[in-house]
Amino acid sequence: MGKTLAEKIWDDHVVRSAVGEPDLLFIDLHLLHEVTSPQAFDGLRLAGRKVRRTDLTLATEDHNIPTTDLDKPIADPVSRTQVETLRRNAEEFGVRLYPMGNIEQGIVHVVGPQLGLTQPGMTVVCGDSHTSTHGAFGALAFGIGTSEVEHVLATQTLPQAKPKMMAVEVIGDLPAGSTAKDLILALITQETTGGGQGYVVEYRGDAIRALSMEERMTICNMSIEWGAKAGLIAPDQTTFDYIEGRPHAPTGADWDAAVAYWQSLVTDDDAVFDKVITIDATKVTPWVTWGTNPGQGVALSGNVPVPADFEDENERIAAERALEYMGLTGGTPMRDIKVDTVFVGSCTNGRISDLRRAAELLEGHQVAEGTRLLVVPGSVRVRLQAEAEGLDKVFTAAGAEWRGAGCSMCLGMNPDQLAPGERSASTSNRNFEGRQGKGGRTHLVSPDVAIATAVTGHLASPADL
Amino acid sequence: MDKFSSHTGIGAPLRRSNVDTDQIIPAVYLKRVTRTGFEDGLFAAWRNDPEFVLNQDAYKNATVLVAGPDFGTGSSREHAVWALQNYGFKVVISARFADIFRGNSGKAGLLAAQVEETVVEALWDYLDANPGAEISIDLETRTITAGEISEPFQIDDYTRWRLLEGLDDIGITLGHADQIDAYEATRPAFKPVTS
Repeated sequence: MGKTLAEKIWDDHVVRSAVGEPDLLFIDLHLLHEVTSPQAFDGLRLAGRKVRRTDLTLATEDHNIPTTDLDKPIADPVSRTQVETLRRNAEEFGVRLYPMGNIEQGIVHVVGPQLGLTQPGMTVVCGDSHTSTHGAFGALAFGIGTSEVEHVLATQTLPQAKPKMMAVEVIGDLPAGSTAKDLILALITQETTGGGQGYVVEYRGDAIRALSMEERMTICNMSIEWGAKAGLIAPDQTTFDYIEGRPHAPTGADWDAAVAYWQSLVTDDDAVFDKVITIDATKVTPWVTWGTNPGQGVALSGNVPVPADFEDENERIAAERALEYMGLTGGTPMRDIKVDTVFVGSCTNGRISDLRRAAELLEGHQVAEGTRLLVVPGSVRVRLQAEAEGLDKVFTAAGAEWRGAGCSMCLGMNPDQLAPGERSASTSNRNFEGRQGKGGRTHLVSPDVAIATAVTGHLASPADL
Repeated sequence: MDKFSSHTGIGAPLRRSNVDTDQIIPAVYLKRVTRTGFEDGLFAAWRNDPEFVLNQDAYKNATVLVAGPDFGTGSSREHAVWALQNYGFKVVISARFADIFRGNSGKAGLLAAQVEETVVEALWDYLDANPGAEISIDLETRTITAGEISEPFQIDDYTRWRLLEGLDDIGITLGHADQIDAYEATRPAFKPVTS
């Protein structure tokens, strides 16, 4: 019997296999950031252990750092301590760190691919659930907790029970005006937040093949939002072209050997998935969330759902609670919802293609009165590239705020937060209660919808401009 | 990690589904560099509500949380497990756990006991009828007992064994260092390095 793509990568990384125990997997790349690593380094110190493979480990500062006043010390002393702790740990244990002020600094899931460190067939882990992003390259990439971070630091391996395999067959092509973000939001609505639990999912079909690498990253990034262990896409010429020439990409004979291996990383025709689901791409239109988990979504052309219409009792109660928190009434057209803040950024949609698209749509328009637009590049490199192309000028001329690189308002750990009751349209990945600030209300959207919303002041798509 | 074989303590009914990690502990509480002190951020948004279950006298000292399905979805933050433990919880019972949360619980020594949704409903009803009542969890026999209720729960064999023995994962893996060495010797030269 043939193997799925994920099974091939899995089998290539088994260090040890024993009956009744999880497999011990070798980890090719371990990414670190300031929030989930301090206790792991502490654990190493307490046990007198070292980092086994500093050459497969990379740290960056992203979650907790400010996006303004970049030349000043971090104002919040607790945040500053956490960032300084990472710097001390990186130095003590010999781990390469890209700190604030370094040209390679940025959101960990933007930095890895940008440097060419994320390559097909690799195992990639990080103490962050959006590590699934790297699956876009045909890598097996997943988020881990701090105990596991410590385990990987000490051993460069991780004991893992083999997950089940799921295929997501995307049927047909995305219509004009629909984006990768709309596709993944619609899929999460269809499958709900628990639909992928226990599975590694492979996104397949012509609509997936047609996506750019950065669009594929948007898709894989949100795998965790429907509960999947990891999400991946088979590598192809699009993947190879994106990697070639990047700082850590193989060169010469190594490149040829790598591509030959990468080309073998496809699911065999006779491989069997434990589960196959389908989504009709031709029916995907601009998609937005109305509730407090990413599965509570609806077409932008639709209405806020009426809780009584939900058959499942848990879903009905969850919907009632969500609408109360969101300050919405069932039946309201989504387009009638006024928005205070628009956030363009994050590891989901903070890459250069996202900013190019945002600037293209915004050019010649102004941000609506009473609405603020925050544009936060995913990395310093993305910021510099955007500035070289004059995108920052488009944003600021329209009345938007142009910021430094980081996670920013996606999770509101730094000062970029919503006030209680404030409503956002956000290109990020989570609309949980309080995610972007205590009492803040989040609608997840694509960059296209974000910009149209910023211009009109209510949820809108570019077709409304 | 301490050994875990059984536990008896006050059960708290958390009648919500999809309790995500941002609700268990919001990001602004994640700035500590220690593993302790996170109880102040546990369910932070709800703790201001006098009606919230942990604000009721009967449940203040609860050690067993009985939650709706899809508990712990979202972020990989192990801080969510630590916050529950720092508060005093030893066990969380739910019909479905998010994968990363379940993994983190096993590593940190919090028992994530998975049961049928009907068992959660029965425990909720029992606790509502008997506020402050205790629930017993036996990891040896994988059984939950409360009043007349006696139901099995699921946990994978390996995690159960590690919890029962109180084993340190890293220590186990380092026992296989020769196999890691052997694997490393076979890695292709084209694989990238960060240095």
